[in-house]
Amino acid sequence: MSNAVATWQGYLRADGRKGIRNLALVIYTVKCAQHVAHAIAAGEPDTHVLGFSGCYDNAYAIRLMLALARHPNVGAVLSVGLGCEYTQPERISEAVRKSGRPAEGFFIQDAGGTGRSIAKGKESLARLRAQARAGARRVPMGLADLTVGCECGGSDGTSGLAGNPVVGAFFDLLVDGGGCAVFEETVELIGLREVLLARAASGAVRAELAAAYDKAVEYCRSVRQYSASPGNFAGGLTTIEEKSLGALAKSGARPIQGVLKVAEPPRGPGLWLLDSVPDPHFMQFGYTNPNDSEGIMDLMAAGAQVVLFVTGRGSVIGSPIAPLVKITGNAQTFRRMQEDMDFDASRVLTGERTLEQAAGELRDLVARVAAGRPSKPESLGHREYFIMYKHQDPPSRAAGCRD
Amino acid sequence: MMAKAFRIHPDDNVAVLLDDCAPGPVAVLGAGGMAEICATAAIKSGHKVALVGIEAGRPIVKYGQRIGHATQPIEPGQWVHLHNCASDYDERSATLDGQTGAPTDTRYE
Repeated sequence: MSNAVATWQGYLRADGRKGIRNLALVIYTVKCAQHVAHAIAAGEPDTHVLGFSGCYDNAYAIRLMLALARHPNVGAVLSVGLGCEYTQPERISEAVRKSGRPAEGFFIQDAGGTGRSIAKGKESLARLRAQARAGARRVPMGLADLTVGCECGGSDGTSGLAGNPVVGAFFDLLVDGGGCAVFEETVELIGLREVLLARAASGAVRAELAAAYDKAVEYCRSVRQYSASPGNFAGGLTTIEEKSLGALAKSGARPIQGVLKVAEPPRGPGLWLLDSVPDPHFMQFGYTNPNDSEGIMDLMAAGAQVVLFVTGRGSVIGSPIAPLVKITGNAQTFRRMQEDMDFDASRVLTGERTLEQAAGELRDLVARVAAGRPSKPESLGHREYFIMYKHQDPPSRAAGCRD
Repeated sequence: MMAKAFRIHPDDNVAVLLDDCAPGPVAVLGAGGMAEICATAAIKSGHKVALVGIEAGRPIVKYGQRIGHATQPIEPGQWVHLHNCASDYDERSATLDGQTGAPTDTRYE
């Protein structure tokens, strides 16, 4: 493990944040435009796609999409709609342009159908990508410029023993180095109210954590579903409390600086808890975290340039925008799914590495990915995304709407 | 080679299997200074083995924290899972298949 402080060349954005990639993003504003959006992006380098399925718009989903469109790793945005839906591509373009990024948008109905829209979109994309390349300002970057998110999925009995503790020890290094660490899944803190509150950086944060915890417990109770899957139980986890203790291990040991709502960036360096649970609303929008991709979107919307994903059972998903780095604490999973796994944390269980050594190696890996080396899911082309209908009261601060 | 289990906290009354084990002795690593436990059945890696006897209704402790309660008496060396341990919160998990975790309460018809 090297003790040298890694630096690399990043991309400075107009809002002062720094990205580790300079991507073009194609956004579709309704399910009906999904095929055209993917066809526009097909074969185009450094171009990712995400979108929202619903015809009716949703304030939460728009805040989330705008936070992703103005993510530090994104240099240009093309928005494509069908023409009937509520969500407006041109409004997205306007908001993105105000952030200093080139952006265009159009409706498929106006362009004259599928073929013309794909051709028009590819022309537009070529123009936007050229502008993003020309406008890129390269600057040195280090750990202190990083926001790193972490989520676990496909957890088993090793996740809380090895995978999540290694991430926790890395998060401590990141926080001590001046960076931002964001963990989420308040629905995976069930039964740990006092353990969580003891981590608060101040009395005010303690109250924020208590409110987020109580909301998560009440939400799970009301929808009659806790955040545990058949794979978790097959992997040896018996209760949501047990899963939660393993999940909390990924937060490390530093004080929690506060609770973030979705699309709200951290208000300073340090460790932050992301609350993605719906707030009370006349429409109950269902499960808070229907799949792992949904949570990854939330971490990216907080500005995470890299997201760590801890999996015991072996997940293969990736993400657009921010590289996903796969960590497993299960030696069998690492061997069986090596093409998908970036980091073998099981070595802390066999005694081949101490927790500190493994955390240092993970830090070096994150720095290499930040410097441009593709993560395993990134190089395999995994770009799963998921934006759902949900309600959260808008963040009190101007986050997600800095226009 | 003897299968290994890991006890995370000295207060824990269960340990996590690091290997699949057959009935018989399993080495206990980690906290608490217990050398080994005799597993009463085959247990899969990642699953839990009881280190002491646990009465019905008493807490199951892992990470030094309560993770649920025993729904029947548990002998030392027994596999601890959905058949004898329940969440204090999540009622649906008690209906899942003990081996696969698959739901048994959803109809496909």
